[in-house]
Amino acid sequence: MKKDGDKIIFENAADLPDMAKSMGTTRFNKTGTWRNERPIVDTDKCTGCGICWKYCPDMSILEDENGKAAIDYEFCKGCAICVEVCPVKAISMVEEEK
Amino acid sequence: MKYTIPKEELVHPGHLACQGCGGALAMRIMLKTLGKNTILTFPACCWSVIDGPFPYSAVKVPLFHTAFETAAVVASGIKAALNRVGDPKTNSVAWAGDGGTFDIGIQALSGSAERNDDMFYFVYDNEAYMNTGIQRSSATPKGAWTTTTPVNHPKATPKKDILAIMAAHKIPYIATASIAYPEDFTRKLEKAKEIKGFKFFHIFAPCPPGWRANPKDTITLAKLAVETKLFPLLEIEDGEKYTINLPKKDKGKPIEDYLKLQGRFKHLKENDIKEMQTFIDKKYNRLKILEEISQ
Repeated sequence: MKKDGDKIIFENAADLPDMAKSMGTTRFNKTGTWRNERPIVDTDKCTGCGICWKYCPDMSILEDENGKAAIDYEFCKGCAICVEVCPVKAISMVEEEK
Repeated sequence: MKYTIPKEELVHPGHLACQGCGGALAMRIMLKTLGKNTILTFPACCWSVIDGPFPYSAVKVPLFHTAFETAAVVASGIKAALNRVGDPKTNSVAWAGDGGTFDIGIQALSGSAERNDDMFYFVYDNEAYMNTGIQRSSATPKGAWTTTTPVNHPKATPKKDILAIMAAHKIPYIATASIAYPEDFTRKLEKAKEIKGFKFFHIFAPCPPGWRANPKDTITLAKLAVETKLFPLLEIEDGEKYTINLPKKDKGKPIEDYLKLQGRFKHLKENDIKEMQTFIDKKYNRLKILEEISQ
């Protein structure tokens, strides 16, 4: 068994475990590539209330050093729930660049 | 940042849920409260896909994939094994979709509930068989479009009343929860942790692709379902004592507010909507009466 970052590679049949079991996490799957639009946080407006963090299904709201919301672009799928639930309208969606 | 629910994440990002998945959020909130000392059992459901392909997993706790009809009985078995090895503290959790609960898993569920096994059973209800391509289940509401109930023949029968079925088992704790009210959900979980016996949770989890809704509206839809009294948040103790937590006001929002955000109800005429409103009011009034006489 080889590991390439978060990816697990089996080189031949003998490499497989005796039973189906989890050996790694889904962090290998960079779901950020699913996005058409990316959320942008306006840190001047953000009050750090944590509501977007609470409702994110993809654990993609992080906390920056000032206690404000920051987005994990590696995994954010761009569903825009955070934009919808933000009480001060501090998050907006912009088109993703190639 | 203010944290109103436990901070620790027990679900990994990168899981395979669709954009704006209600079921993924439900799992995230549930695991945060139950904690690391948990063993999960998944029958066939969206989460058996969301968890990722072998050899990867999206959760930080042990989990067991099992056949469609056996979620409850496998979780019962895991609890029995835990007791045998002298570990009664670890939570055994069955986590099934509405198909695996309302239709296919109901026999095993009824068995575990009747034996009053000390375990949790969660149904995250997205109101159809979503990961196989939106086929109707017995949790699909009347009038809804699915791929097996096309707009010319929308579902003719109402949603199965799973709460009444579970209440008839006289199990110690039944609760409904919504992803739009995580604080209410975590409070109920903390309460259930202290109760010995069978605990049943019905979680309302909107599905943007299956409901033909915009992913950004997931939370709005879950909130509206509560505010329109379609899915009141309540607790039933010992199958007898009803407590309605939300909505706070008896006069709910009109059901149109909820329906118009979803493509699966687009074909409904004014009469159908009126009929739906009467159905919801009637059901809610019945719950109110049950609450009154059980206090």
